[in-house]
Amino acid sequence: MSDSRTIPGPAELAQSPAVGTASEAARARLVGTMLWLLRLGPFLILVIMIAVLAGLSPVFFTPGNLGNVLTQSAAIAILAMGQLLVILTRGIDLSVGSTLALAAVVGALVYAETDSGFTTILAMVFTGALVGAVNGFGYVYGRLPHPFIVTLATLSIARGLALGLSGGQPVSGMPEVVTTIGGGSAAWLASWFPNAAFLVAGVAILVTLMLRNLVWGRWIYAVGGSPEGARRLGVPRNGVIVSVYIMSGLLAGVAAIVTAGRLNAGSPTFGQLAELDAIAAVVIGGASFLGGRGNVGNALIGALMIGVIRNGMNLLNVEGFLQLIVIGVVIVIAVESDVIRTRLEARFRVLKAASA
Amino acid sequence: MTDTPTLAITGATKRFGAVLALDDVSLHVRAGEILALLGDNGAGKSTLIKCISGVHRLDAGTIEVDGEPLTMTSPAVARDAGIETVYQDLALFDNLDTTANFFVGREEAVPRWLPRGLRWMKQKQMTAHSTDLVGRLKINLPQRSAQVGMMSGGQRQAIAVARSAAFASRVVILDEPTAALGLRESRQVLDLILRLRDEGCAVIVISHAMDHVMELADRAVVMRRGRVVGEEVPTPANRARLVSLIVGGDD
Repeated sequence: MSDSRTIPGPAELAQSPAVGTASEAARARLVGTMLWLLRLGPFLILVIMIAVLAGLSPVFFTPGNLGNVLTQSAAIAILAMGQLLVILTRGIDLSVGSTLALAAVVGALVYAETDSGFTTILAMVFTGALVGAVNGFGYVYGRLPHPFIVTLATLSIARGLALGLSGGQPVSGMPEVVTTIGGGSAAWLASWFPNAAFLVAGVAILVTLMLRNLVWGRWIYAVGGSPEGARRLGVPRNGVIVSVYIMSGLLAGVAAIVTAGRLNAGSPTFGQLAELDAIAAVVIGGASFLGGRGNVGNALIGALMIGVIRNGMNLLNVEGFLQLIVIGVVIVIAVESDVIRTRLEARFRVLKAASA
Repeated sequence: MTDTPTLAITGATKRFGAVLALDDVSLHVRAGEILALLGDNGAGKSTLIKCISGVHRLDAGTIEVDGEPLTMTSPAVARDAGIETVYQDLALFDNLDTTANFFVGREEAVPRWLPRGLRWMKQKQMTAHSTDLVGRLKINLPQRSAQVGMMSGGQRQAIAVARSAAFASRVVILDEPTAALGLRESRQVLDLILRLRDEGCAVIVISHAMDHVMELADRAVVMRRGRVVGEEVPTPANRARLVSLIVGGDD
């Protein structure tokens, strides 16, 4: 069994019934191969990018720098996995960057008050989930036409709360467990390997299991594939939608652990524009912005790509404005390839029907 | 066959604001019988099947399944009573494969004491069941691991019909099952509907294709402006009469 998760090979995709016009069968095979390449595209581009950068900069492929890339990508990767769940249901969550900041500030304040690492982490994750719940319930039960609006509102509100609670200043001090997760490295493995990468891997495994094996994960794909159909077949569509926003907020709280741990503080300026990185990562990684298609691998590859582009261009002394332009261009290419993929699939369907 | 119809609707009335969509409609269908529901656009056919399948609620009238009166408050109630509906838009999930499409909303998963969404799916079991189903209904699908979005119109229709067949213990309702299909694909779907009947389902088919109605249906009920205006056993001989009932030529 498989759905959007497994990538069928070109032969499998292009397999046509024996009868039918040879030319149409051949064209179906060609379209099938193109589809296969498009699906593999993000991974290939990442590999090529790493190879090119390793050739251009002697520093890029050093362990220390790879550790940097992983560290810088960690928070985006966690946010992107939450964003993936939302985008799978045809939604969008603009609030995750602000939520990260609010969770970090709340965490720092709670730590100052309680001196407990466990309570601090709990407070951060809970704060994130709470913002997510506001998004989810506001969207579904406020009957808003699009999640853009409610998450835009919470983007502003969460940032405002973070600034207000912190008095506009970073609140320094994080428990050791948080600084170890966010800023430490796995000395037992390699001194350059950041602990945050383990957190990312752990979250990735959990989210993958949820998406692949839990009924809830199947429902997420079903709601993304056909929201009305899912409702008619007894999928609790509203509940599913609320749950993905809660998960996205909760993961923003987890990402706050990484950022706050790395900087040993909770600052209201954390995560500015991080929501755009997260959305970009999901789309660049190959998940469909139209919902229903994508997996954790897409989000991780996309987050790594953004990390590699930033890091590589810094190493090559490419100016900041050019980096912004490059990332923008990559986003356009990614979304366009998603559109092309959808059209190719329709074409493929017609060709197969014709050759059958 | 017992005397109790599998599905009996009596005095069904449904109003949308000032529009009387259903006006005292009564009909019944028995196990192993195919009933064609005919009528021009706006005659009330779709409203009627939506009331039967729990999407709308009747303002007045009763729905009895195997003699038991049921209040269709939601699609879930209808499904639990063994009534499955295939809508024109099919409610398929292009991003999922055949097996996943069959089981959406009814995934086989454990443990049972957990809320449905948190259960662990038994994917092998579902795949085995869907293989059985596809074999039993003799559906011709490319390969079951393919996403449904990549399949042809006939294959998609077959999957939607098969899904309803898999779970319908009593009644299958089909809204224009061949409307979007070519000749060969229509044939496959018609054969599938006949197999559903042979398995003992009561089948209600909405169709504009009179040839298909002639071939499939044991009885045809004609609706116009929310009322039942006639019932015939469709034969080539009374085809003209059916058509005139549909368009209201005898007024």
